[in-house]
Amino acid sequence: MKRRDFLKNALVFVSGASVSLSALEWLDPEEVLATRPEVRWAFLVDTHKCVGCGFCVKACKVENEIPIEADVTRTWVERYVIKRDGEVLIDSPKGALNGFTNKKIDRNASGMLEVPDEEITQEFFVPKLCNQCENPPCVQVCPVGATYQAADGVVLVDRTWCIGCGYCIMGCPYGVRFFHPVKHVADKCTFCYHRIVKGKQTACMQACPFGARVVGNLKDPDDPVTRAVLNQRVGVLRDEYGTRPHVYYLGLNKEVR
Amino acid sequence: MKNHVWRPLYVVLALVAVILLARLVIVPDDFGIQDQGYMYGFHRLGNEQDWKNFPAKYKTTAYCNECHDDKVATLAASPHEMIPCENCHGAAFNHPEDPEKLPIDRSRDLCIRCHAALYTPSSGRSDIPGIDPDGHNEGFACSECHNPHNPSLEEM
Repeated sequence: MKRRDFLKNALVFVSGASVSLSALEWLDPEEVLATRPEVRWAFLVDTHKCVGCGFCVKACKVENEIPIEADVTRTWVERYVIKRDGEVLIDSPKGALNGFTNKKIDRNASGMLEVPDEEITQEFFVPKLCNQCENPPCVQVCPVGATYQAADGVVLVDRTWCIGCGYCIMGCPYGVRFFHPVKHVADKCTFCYHRIVKGKQTACMQACPFGARVVGNLKDPDDPVTRAVLNQRVGVLRDEYGTRPHVYYLGLNKEVR
Repeated sequence: MKNHVWRPLYVVLALVAVILLARLVIVPDDFGIQDQGYMYGFHRLGNEQDWKNFPAKYKTTAYCNECHDDKVATLAASPHEMIPCENCHGAAFNHPEDPEKLPIDRSRDLCIRCHAALYTPSSGRSDIPGIDPDGHNEGFACSECHNPHNPSLEEM
């Protein structure tokens, strides 16, 4: 073999061998897209529609096996009463488990306070639940990797792995986490993960007679929640914390915190 | 070097080996950095499936309609059509096998969740007919006068 042929053949062989077999494989665009998460769960709350009946709170507790009379809940409803003089009164007796049935506002230690109708400029209800943040502070502080964000954005707690240190409960700026009184681990709203992954509505959503609560997939442009987030004036809670919450509110007042 | 210098080192090495071995046994295979990266995705992958397997209790009105289609139809024609069956009849669980009968909540407390009169400007609550629970036929169950499946007052 001549020196020239040897170099030529070597060049062909090396360049051929450097192309890996996977580069010659035909890729189906749909298959490539399937490896990216196609789901990003989000929630839309319409505060105009909420009437404070508390059926969502009851359904959540039954569905997720949270002791019904315990003073902890994965979701709750707050009542905001804004007075003519600018004072804001907020209450949520038992997390609104039994709804708001009384004009008297629960002021905790100072008892019940009745505000005359003519002093009220605004009174409305705001349901609260886990915001399933894009940057969840509760996950960052977990020392053992018991709480995490799933690929579809939902933040979950591994009950077998949680040591119950309570950092995440302190870390959540929205106060949605609590100690499960029976399981003795940190607990939080999962957007009813067992229901939404099977195409069902969350327990709170299906219990709401007024359609004030809707769960949806932000990656689907035709989803009602996606359309509302894109086209309507929605707000999120505590935007300044940089957590990028994924529970959007219609009709959010500046008094709501 | 003298033996008393090396000995603690062996002890430390043995301890490290024991800890690494224990870690190998205790930490599950599927524990690690998943899709969301080290900061948010460090977890046991099998737990996602654990949560997906959590049993659902609420079966929604569509499930009730499979047998009680007459009741669902009556309700659908009334002003209460938006209320899911399970809000008053309780979660279905595995009804009709377990439980065989669902408890019906006929208490006043259930009705006044929506129908206690509150002064709520800027809320949908003000569109709902409301009563004062302390003054409106106190002591009687609401269902003694009002049919929950058709509460309109004209047909009372």
